[in-house]
Amino acid sequence: MTRANRLPFALAAGIVATLFLGACERPPTQSKQIGYRGVGMEQVINPRTAAKTIAAVKIPDVIPAADPGGPKASTIYKNVKVLGDLTENEFNRTMAAITEWVSPEQGCAYCHNVENMADDNVYTKVVARRMFQMTRHINETWKSHVGETGVTCYTCHAGKPVPENIWFQSKDKASKSIMAGYRGGSQNNANKSVGSTAMTADPFSDLLGGGKNEIRVQATKALPGTHNVSIQDTEKTYALMIHMSEGLGVNCTFCHNSRSFGNWTSSTPQRTSAWHGIRMVRDVNSAFLTPLQSAYPATRLGPHGDAPKAFCSTCHQGLAKPLNGAQMLKSYLELNKTALK
Amino acid sequence: MAEYQNIFTRIQVRAHPEMGVPPYHPDPAWPREGKPFFSYWLGRVGDAQVGPFYLGGLGVASLLSGLFAILIIGLNMWASVNWNPMQFVRQLFWLALEPPPAKYGLSIPPMGEGGWWLLAGFFLTMSILLFWVRVYTNARRLGMGTHVAWAFASAIWLYLVLGFIRPIAMGSWSEAVPFGIFPHLDWTAAFSIRYGNLFYNPFHMLSIVFLYGSALLFAMHGATILAVGRYGGEREIEQIVDRGTASERAALFWRWTMGFNASMESIHRWAWWFAVLCTLTGGIGILLTGTVVDNWYLWGVKHGIVAAYPEVYTSPIIDPTTLPGAVK
Repeated sequence: MTRANRLPFALAAGIVATLFLGACERPPTQSKQIGYRGVGMEQVINPRTAAKTIAAVKIPDVIPAADPGGPKASTIYKNVKVLGDLTENEFNRTMAAITEWVSPEQGCAYCHNVENMADDNVYTKVVARRMFQMTRHINETWKSHVGETGVTCYTCHAGKPVPENIWFQSKDKASKSIMAGYRGGSQNNANKSVGSTAMTADPFSDLLGGGKNEIRVQATKALPGTHNVSIQDTEKTYALMIHMSEGLGVNCTFCHNSRSFGNWTSSTPQRTSAWHGIRMVRDVNSAFLTPLQSAYPATRLGPHGDAPKAFCSTCHQGLAKPLNGAQMLKSYLELNKTALK
Repeated sequence: MAEYQNIFTRIQVRAHPEMGVPPYHPDPAWPREGKPFFSYWLGRVGDAQVGPFYLGGLGVASLLSGLFAILIIGLNMWASVNWNPMQFVRQLFWLALEPPPAKYGLSIPPMGEGGWWLLAGFFLTMSILLFWVRVYTNARRLGMGTHVAWAFASAIWLYLVLGFIRPIAMGSWSEAVPFGIFPHLDWTAAFSIRYGNLFYNPFHMLSIVFLYGSALLFAMHGATILAVGRYGGEREIEQIVDRGTASERAALFWRWTMGFNASMESIHRWAWWFAVLCTLTGGIGILLTGTVVDNWYLWGVKHGIVAAYPEVYTSPIIDPTTLPGAVK
């Protein structure tokens, strides 16, 4: 073969390699055994991408504790509905913290009318008040998921006014009887929140929206009987699980023994935590986030007019422990009502 | 000669094109079509002659049906991205024509909710079945056996089980596979998850054995024939009728290597049966799933094929819904 002859081959080989390997991560990866030996219970991580995710976590410095004593915030400021029990100093420290956590660039004016700090006409103030209640609620009633680490505003917001990972409803276009292009429930469009699979982009409305829809799809008996779950519902569960896996940066085996996903006795302790997490997210979405719909301006709402909502990656952001397990709540006990008691 | 016999042929023969034997059953309406020509690049890897073609009535009907099916699938995919050509190309691997939702059962759904899927499935099936008849009759016309047709029928069996027979047995078109690249792979994974892990399905196991077995046999046979090519081993038909030194050496090689050798003829029966059984057993496995067995893992537990291994966590993992006072 002459040199001129080789060129097209080299080009073709290059194109084929790019097509087939373009989406692959380069080796090596690391695997860690997490279950009984030799049964594939392991976590595979790419140390390079993992290092990037961890490096992206920036924990703000703790603001020095407020001087004790002094009058209550509710006696100094008007219209303090949630944090009125704090002393003035504590209250100001909390306000400084939330500014740093949520609107570091926009400052106080992001939520407040600076002419009249008590004014409720800024929508972000109304939302922020509800978020304080939500944070306390999570830390108080969902210890089964958040443990003693708990959550602060920073867990989700991480320095941004709107958390990076949120979800909205996604619906098919209303279909006329003869129209082509049926998607079977928002499927087939490479949605990032379900790991760029072709499965439904919105398993969340049904499974995390607040109802008690069944996530379990496998029959609990070997032979057919009354159990009747469609492949489409299975894909809904599967899409949610892909979201959890991507959102936490873990494999299926973090929670499940993949030889029988539904079996509890062969699952890991993390599955119990995740089970509580799903209930927590349902609670948070139905009690706090969805009802805020009327408070938001249209620009903050989704394509179908619903409020932004939370799912696993809202807090986790690619890590099995949000903020890589940083203990921020300990320094801000006003967000943890149980600790205040 | 050794050079001529190998892939990436260096010497190519050019002569008057070979027109083939006269049709066994003359069919004046559909003669062989086209003036044969030679392709240098095809000649590098096989026979350089292209054509003449024989389509016949069945071939034309099959191609037309297939074209309808592909048009329906493609246009539905395109419609699902609002007829945007860029998005059609960009998202092509994600797009699909979905079967109807479960609520329609086996009834005819509206076109916009799976009706197109049913229509595309009909045309695709017609195309495949007509092509099968064509394969069968062409073999008959040439006075050949019908082995190719029956091997093809085995693949058609799996196709029909997935898209037609099993959905009917389950009472819903929604059980069938979508037409799409990634969507059909998602379907496959979801199918295994829904029915408790298909790897515990014995017919799935058999199908895997025959799939990997086919690849192994193909590699062994291809390698053996190439290895005795220098003794004329690639002339397998002559070797079957009149065993020569190539056959003897190939047989001796395997007898020395593993104590047993297939014959020049039987190796092709081995390969044929492995390939045929792959989709035959696979189809049986799919047909039993959901109709006869609802959870293959639990079926495996029941029949002692699931290995037990020790718990490694300090406390047993319990389904939280079974605990007293659990949130449901």
